Amino acid sequence: MSTTAAAETRTKFDRGAFVRQYAIVGILVLFVLGLSLATGGKFLQAQNLLNVVTQVAAIGIIAIGMTFVIITLGIDLSVGSLLAVAAVVATSLAQIPSDTAKFPNMSFSLIIPIVAGLAAGAIGGFTNGFLISVFKIAPFIATLGMMSAARGLALIYSDGRPISRLDPGFNFLGQGSIIGIPVPIIIFAVVAVAAHVVLNYTRFGRHVYAIGGNEQAARVSGINIKRATIIIYTLCGLLAGIAGIISAGRIGSGNPQLGTGIELDAITAAVIGGTSFKGGIGTIWGTVIGALIIQSLNTGLVLLGMNDFVQMVVKGAIIIIAVILDERKNR
Amino acid sequence: MSDEFLLQMQDVSKTFPGVRALAGVNLEVRPGTVHALMGENGAGKSTLMKILIGMYQADPGATIILGGEKVDIPDTAAGLGLGISMIHQELSPVPEMTVAENIFLGREPVARFGLVSRKQMVSSCRELFQRWEIDIDPRARMRTLSIAQTQMVEIAKAISFDSRIIIMDEPTSAITEREVEHLHRMIRQLKSTGASIIYITHKMDEVFNISDYVTVFRDGQLVKTLPASELDRDKLITLMVGRELTEMFPKEFVEIGEVVLSVRNLHRGSVVKDVSFDLRRGEILGFAGLMGAGRTEVLETLFGVVAAESGEIVVDGKSVRIRQPKDAIDAGLALLTEDRKLTGIMGVLSVRDNMIMAALPRYSPGGMLQKALIEEVCQDQRKALALKTPSLNQHIQNLSGGNQQKVLISRWLLTLPEILMIDEPTRGIDVGAKSEIHRLMSALAKTGKAIIMVSSEMPEVLGMSDRVVVMHDGKVSGIVDRADATQERIMQLATGPAGVTGPADAA
Repeated sequence: MSTTAAAETRTKFDRGAFVRQYAIVGILVLFVLGLSLATGGKFLQAQNLLNVVTQVAAIGIIAIGMTFVIITLGIDLSVGSLLAVAAVVATSLAQIPSDTAKFPNMSFSLIIPIVAGLAAGAIGGFTNGFLISVFKIAPFIATLGMMSAARGLALIYSDGRPISRLDPGFNFLGQGSIIGIPVPIIIFAVVAVAAHVVLNYTRFGRHVYAIGGNEQAARVSGINIKRATIIIYTLCGLLAGIAGIISAGRIGSGNPQLGTGIELDAITAAVIGGTSFKGGIGTIWGTVIGALIIQSLNTGLVLLGMNDFVQMVVKGAIIIIAVILDERKNR
Repeated sequence: MSDEFLLQMQDVSKTFPGVRALAGVNLEVRPGTVHALMGENGAGKSTLMKILIGMYQADPGATIILGGEKVDIPDTAAGLGLGISMIHQELSPVPEMTVAENIFLGREPVARFGLVSRKQMVSSCRELFQRWEIDIDPRARMRTLSIAQTQMVEIAKAISFDSRIIIMDEPTSAITEREVEHLHRMIRQLKSTGASIIYITHKMDEVFNISDYVTVFRDGQLVKTLPASELDRDKLITLMVGRELTEMFPKEFVEIGEVVLSVRNLHRGSVVKDVSFDLRRGEILGFAGLMGAGRTEVLETLFGVVAAESGEIVVDGKSVRIRQPKDAIDAGLALLTEDRKLTGIMGVLSVRDNMIMAALPRYSPGGMLQKALIEEVCQDQRKALALKTPSLNQHIQNLSGGNQQKVLISRWLLTLPEILMIDEPTRGIDVGAKSEIHRLMSALAKTGKAIIMVSSEMPEVLGMSDRVVVMHDGKVSGIVDRADATQERIMQLATGPAGVTGPADAA
């Protein structure tokens, strides 16, 4: 076929590639402008924008983990449940001492609940990775099982009730600000930059793309697929743990129902951001913008007075449109 | 409009975004003939054929006349309806279905209540196979078949449509000499029924062996159609490349050095049995044999793609254990696999990523990529191998087969291997790129690298090897020096001990 000739004509400036790369930013801008007009400027107010970004932190952080997973042709359905496990484990160690606390009359330094919450998420993710790489279980199935099991564990651990009366220091992680910037936004930004560096500047990052691009070829190239897969899912679980701590801090309690359905928002964010379900393609900044678009949509539709049910329909439509566009551009 | 031609394609042009793949081509095919299409990759042969079967639509203004009637072919179903079928270069079986199910895919015989009749399917398939002397069980699952067997099934499938025109796109790229013979017999039989075969190939021998007419394409244009009897090899190559090719096999004399790899009693299941051989510096060691003889499996075992069960591998005097590809790479081995698409390229990744992948540890101390250095070495490779790509950022899947192969060669050269194992170095690659790759292999041998080359193309084996290891049924059946290597000698060894296991139709 005439692929060489086709390739040669693209030497100068690839307009198609440029449009593909930056179209998503345009969509976000149009989106924000549209919502601003529709809400009579309310959407564009600084407070609202900060709200949007703060609320997106949990989804965005999870979507970043999901991006790693989807690039390798995997999927992680358990992130919402792992978020809840991390939230209840962390909050149970961050309660103000009392008789009714999970650990009655005990007080821990703030680092303990944080580490424990992150560990809980990471252990869940590690288990996913282990099941997928060692037992060769399809990611969809392995994480589907984990989704149910981890939610159950969160409910058992918390007796099905939110764990509340938390140390203000812990709540600061979800509610506080540093020099006017909400802490969740700071954490989100740090995670995004770190993930971008990992994906683009490390050997491991190349392995992630290689596995998604062609796992067989990656194996022959000397890449340890098992190890990389375990690391990727552990990372995804760890990020769910971070999201769990932020979410619990925001509402001031560890609710075992936290994060229900967040995996769909995370997948949507990654896909809108250009991560391909065919593997090997995806960027962190695309996912971040994808998450912003989703949250703008959530907030915008609320400001427009539409109810949750409508939002679900719109979100569903958006994910399908995003995949159709992805199909077309990769043709 | 005369009945002289079964098929006339007139003024066929095809423009893809940014590139003209075909420019005003006129092709005429006579009934009951084998019409070979030749030309480098990207010359337009496949595009023209995809228009003929209805997979692509030609630009307005084209006319297709079949059996004296002007026809429209809007899709592949219409093409099949008109009696045009094609064996694609890239095989597309459904691996979990049986052979019979694959053959009758989309036109399953229906019994009562609209249910598919498996019984009838199997018996029709068996009939078909018997008629064409194909020895494959119709009930076997497709995935259990070798590439060669899969190819035979695809061929049988195309024939089973009782087509007037059967297009074969490099049907022999995956099969051995013996099966090629078989296929050629089938083609002659088809011809006698009045069907025409349009045959796309890169192999010269085949063209002169079976074709009646040859049409040469170059850069989207039809250069010439000639009766095969008026052509010879040199003339054909000149028409194809538009330039004189100096030498098909640029084998250079190289001082053979000490032994760098010793393999002793390598064993793995029923596919590699008691294999032993030595490889020396500067040597190109050819591996010949029929499909399924275990050549690819030997390479895979040496490289740890599948670990050996027993046996010793000695590299540079040191015994090494190889359980995974990483061990092999660390020991100085490199493996360029047979199937570029399946185990070679990472399609949506850039040329740069594809190049550096196996050598990453070398270029990422502490796990951090040395981007500037990587850029530099990749640019060097791009120049050294005359790689044709607009940029290193290009997705490798957009490159031609020959250029993809060069990227993969770079991937392994960057690991600085002492021993380079190449499985089918020039499969599905056009003539120009082919001799470039051969030249490169010679140059590497000259620098003291040791090369193992598995090849199913006899001229390549004879042209490039210093010695030839011939395999049969998982075992080494002989090692032949270059001076003694003849086609006959190798075929003899490849078909196994005479009168013991040789199948009746062995070449």
